[in-house]
Amino acid sequence: MYKGDKKAFFLLLFFLLFVSLNAQNTKMVLIKKGSFVPLYGDVNKKSVTIDAFKMDIYPVTNEEYLSFLKEKASYRRSVIKRIFADISYLEYWKNDLDYGENNGKAPVTNVSWFAAKKYCEYKGKRLPALDEWEYAAMADQKHRDARTKVAYNNDILGWYEKRNTFNRSVGQTCKNYWGLYDMHGLIWEWTFDFNSIFLSGESRKDRNTDVSLFCGGASVNATDLMNYAAFMRYAFRSSLKANYSSRNLGFRCACDVK
Amino acid sequence: MKTKRESVKRIYGVILIVMIVMIGCKETTPAKEHNSVALPEKIIADLTPPPMVPKPVANRKASKLIVNMEVKEMEGQMVDGVTYVYWTFGGSVPGSFIRTRIGDEVEFHLKNHPNNKLPHNIDLHAVTGSGGGATSSLVAPGHEKVFDFKCLNTGLYVYHCATAPVGMHIANGMYGLILVEPEGGLPAVDREYYVMQGDFYTKGNYGEPGIQTFDMKKAIRENPDYVVFNGKVGALTGDNVLRANVGETVRLFVGNGGPNLVSSFHVIGEIFDRVHIEGGSVINKDIQTTLIPAGGAAIVEFKVDVPGTFILVDHSIFRAFNKGALGMLKVDGPEDKTIYSGTTQEGVYLPEGGTIQHLPTDKNTPKKNRVQTLDARITAGKNIYSRTCLPCHQSEGQGVVNVFPPLAKSDYLNKDVNRAIKTVLNGLSGTITVNEKTYNNIMTSLNLTDDEIADVLTYVYDSWNNNKTNVTAAMVKEQKTKKKE
Repeated sequence: MYKGDKKAFFLLLFFLLFVSLNAQNTKMVLIKKGSFVPLYGDVNKKSVTIDAFKMDIYPVTNEEYLSFLKEKASYRRSVIKRIFADISYLEYWKNDLDYGENNGKAPVTNVSWFAAKKYCEYKGKRLPALDEWEYAAMADQKHRDARTKVAYNNDILGWYEKRNTFNRSVGQTCKNYWGLYDMHGLIWEWTFDFNSIFLSGESRKDRNTDVSLFCGGASVNATDLMNYAAFMRYAFRSSLKANYSSRNLGFRCACDVK
Repeated sequence: MKTKRESVKRIYGVILIVMIVMIGCKETTPAKEHNSVALPEKIIADLTPPPMVPKPVANRKASKLIVNMEVKEMEGQMVDGVTYVYWTFGGSVPGSFIRTRIGDEVEFHLKNHPNNKLPHNIDLHAVTGSGGGATSSLVAPGHEKVFDFKCLNTGLYVYHCATAPVGMHIANGMYGLILVEPEGGLPAVDREYYVMQGDFYTKGNYGEPGIQTFDMKKAIRENPDYVVFNGKVGALTGDNVLRANVGETVRLFVGNGGPNLVSSFHVIGEIFDRVHIEGGSVINKDIQTTLIPAGGAAIVEFKVDVPGTFILVDHSIFRAFNKGALGMLKVDGPEDKTIYSGTTQEGVYLPEGGTIQHLPTDKNTPKKNRVQTLDARITAGKNIYSRTCLPCHQSEGQGVVNVFPPLAKSDYLNKDVNRAIKTVLNGLSGTITVNEKTYNNIMTSLNLTDDEIADVLTYVYDSWNNNKTNVTAAMVKEQKTKKKE
């Protein structure tokens, strides 16, 4: 009896542990603390430290976004205020609560930064910071930092030249070192401070986003002139405003580790 | 409220204008045009894809000119069987031609198609101002940016996208030309065309089929697979040749988008009567080849006096032969034998001493025995092929698409062996059809012996799925004597 109880107790414990782990794992993975040198950012081109955080494994899908809109009426296409989302917000949906012929498992795009931020807050999460996103995205399948690998760069550059990848289901690209899917190869993603790079810091006080990112100007503060893929991401973010939406731009959420 | 205020303003404005006019009347001298006076007309610019050019605009007054330019990322053909994702201004490479005149105030609308993946901007070299417009025009997909500039300098200018990484945007085709005509315009000519060179860097080598993506490493090493006019191999050959008639004056607006190479622009068989050097105001005369820097342009003008096909090339000539930098201007009309006669005589050349001198041969080496096995002859033929035929017909007999016909599995070759022998003996020019594609090029007569011709043709017939005809020296001799008759 005694022995059996003990066994049952352990089994239960194990089960509970499994369930709780699984609950976390279905949606998010842990990105461990570490440091890296971003393409732009630090004034002295030194590395920045990223504290451990958790990140959604997949970008938010049409289906998931629909369930959010059912709860949050003010973010529906017909009622959202123009300062929060421009006229192309969810432009490809059939109506407020129907994404029509589009793939439900495909990432939701044509969402503004405001809407993406609200979605994450609604889920008890937040948008990943720019540096967090870049830190998690520099991994390939085997390495935390694959930025110097030729294949890694070629794959990403290849995607930038493919058209209309936005209607593919999430989770079909390779799983990276952290267990994340679709960081590259599907869509662009919003980050919390997408427009922060050139706007502060004494060495760049009278630069704005555009000035630094045209022609040779882009190379002045960059740390790695061979990282074309990253140049394109930073250039893309610089072209955005928070109420913009774009057919190739979606998002995923992150949260702190408590 | 707002409209009320505006209308009040408008009334004040009208009163002011009336007062100015009254003052003007009193002085009786006509009011002089001044820079600060708002331009009266608002015109939407006529934009054209290459090789076309919009009509001259200098006969109108300086105006407010609205340019609507849409950026499209689209798949296109680099050469038959090879596709490439081009990034374009207006859906073509080079982008739409913009024609303005001095004093125009341009209101530039840059629109980025919603399905595009990338942000873009535009740097027009005709703009005086920060970034040539690039600082004001970075535009996200699905958005539009507007900026104004005034045309202060005349000339032919390049425009291009300048979004990071800038080289990649240019390498994918984001460049074009904008012309600012002088007061009164450029002198009238009969034909105007738009030609722009660019270098392309692809994962696969020249002609490797399928979708080819941009190769960053090759671009940084400045080692292009394609150097072409108007965005693709054959954009100005075949059905797409430029045309003119004898006696007409042709003006080419020639640009070089780069991103890396400098062009030695030349038209085979013509001399440029006038060249606006680097697209500016200085005119040089009687020019054979004009240098066009990456990110630069030139206006070349010449009268076509005789009929024929004149070949546009980058005279860094391997680019023309092997990478695609080749276009054609076809001129129709009556011949003028005093300017160009064509071949007037053909004969045997016997230098003094009677016969061609041979280098002394080692007496110990036996004279080549021509009774050779087929294998030996094929090996010999292969060597002849490598040094004589390969530069054009390529290592696997595949030829160069649209330029040099293939020898591999060639219907033209297999159908008529005597025709093949005559081609090697005498050369060939004019239009022929090989494997359902037409070629119009020139093969020169080759200085080979009967044995050599027999061997090389036997090798060619033995290779690449051809019909294995055994060509003998006797067959060659027969064709040779036929020719003499």
